Amino acid sequence: MMLIRNVFLSIAMLLSLSVIAQEQMTFSSELNKTRYQSLVEELRCPKCQNQNLADSGSGIAVDLRELVHQMIEQGKTDQEIVDYMVARYGSFVLYRPQHSTATFLLWYGPFILLGIGLLAFISVVRMNRKRRGRDL
Amino acid sequence: MRKLLFFMPLAVFLILGVVFYLQLGKDAQYMPSALVGKKVPEFTLVSLQDDQVYTHKDLPDTPYLINFWGTWCPACHVEHPFLMELANSGVPIVGIDYKDQKDLAVQWLEQKGNPYQVILMDEIGNFGVDMGVTGAPETFVVDRSGVVVYRHQGVINAENWPEIKGYMK
Repeated sequence: MMLIRNVFLSIAMLLSLSVIAQEQMTFSSELNKTRYQSLVEELRCPKCQNQNLADSGSGIAVDLRELVHQMIEQGKTDQEIVDYMVARYGSFVLYRPQHSTATFLLWYGPFILLGIGLLAFISVVRMNRKRRGRDL
Repeated sequence: MRKLLFFMPLAVFLILGVVFYLQLGKDAQYMPSALVGKKVPEFTLVSLQDDQVYTHKDLPDTPYLINFWGTWCPACHVEHPFLMELANSGVPIVGIDYKDQKDLAVQWLEQKGNPYQVILMDEIGNFGVDMGVTGAPETFVVDRSGVVVYRHQGVINAENWPEIKGYMK
């Protein structure tokens, strides 16, 4: 019983960590707030390799969150904000990679492999059917 | 054909093995700078020493270093003596006092010496963001034509200086 409680407690504490990393911010509209949330979740913290801006407590993440906040309130579009970050920190900051020749395999590789698998499957089935036809 | 298919898993395993082996020993923290190959971004910053306004036009026209530092940064203490050595051997260094307090920075320079040709204050850190800085110390090599050619994250020391020096032309 104690063990279960401890496990629950530690899970609750882990979940609250991401909340600690956020400052109080005021937004002029609910939409801006939603946009802010989705942007800081999708942008990667350039300092701490495997955290997004929302989760990171590092100095640069705090600054970049504030910049995203400012740019949203200034009326910049999501694309403009993402471009701003990529121009400074490279495509590293994107958790969702852009579509380009460099990321072609990343985006479409799985579908190409799926196609190859499908072709192999069909040819094996056909070969088997032919052989069975001969045996009969 | 059948036999070939039989060896496919082995072939895939070998190819993946080679790919993964080549990745071993690489610095996973390494992050390429988006600024390399581009001009130093435009800025208007105030100098720490004489309160004069500097812009990107006032930067040296010889190869030089841009060094981000701050009194709050422990690694900058480690780096400082080597920067003094570099300055004494004639390497021009532009210092950016990054997210720091002026009085603390002045005190630091009085106590430890000043390796910088000019020190510009980036109190909010906006110029740092324009340069793609993630912390301090961080050093950029700018070549004769004002283009950023190299970025080094962390302390410069006698060990990594020869490589950085190679970019100064």
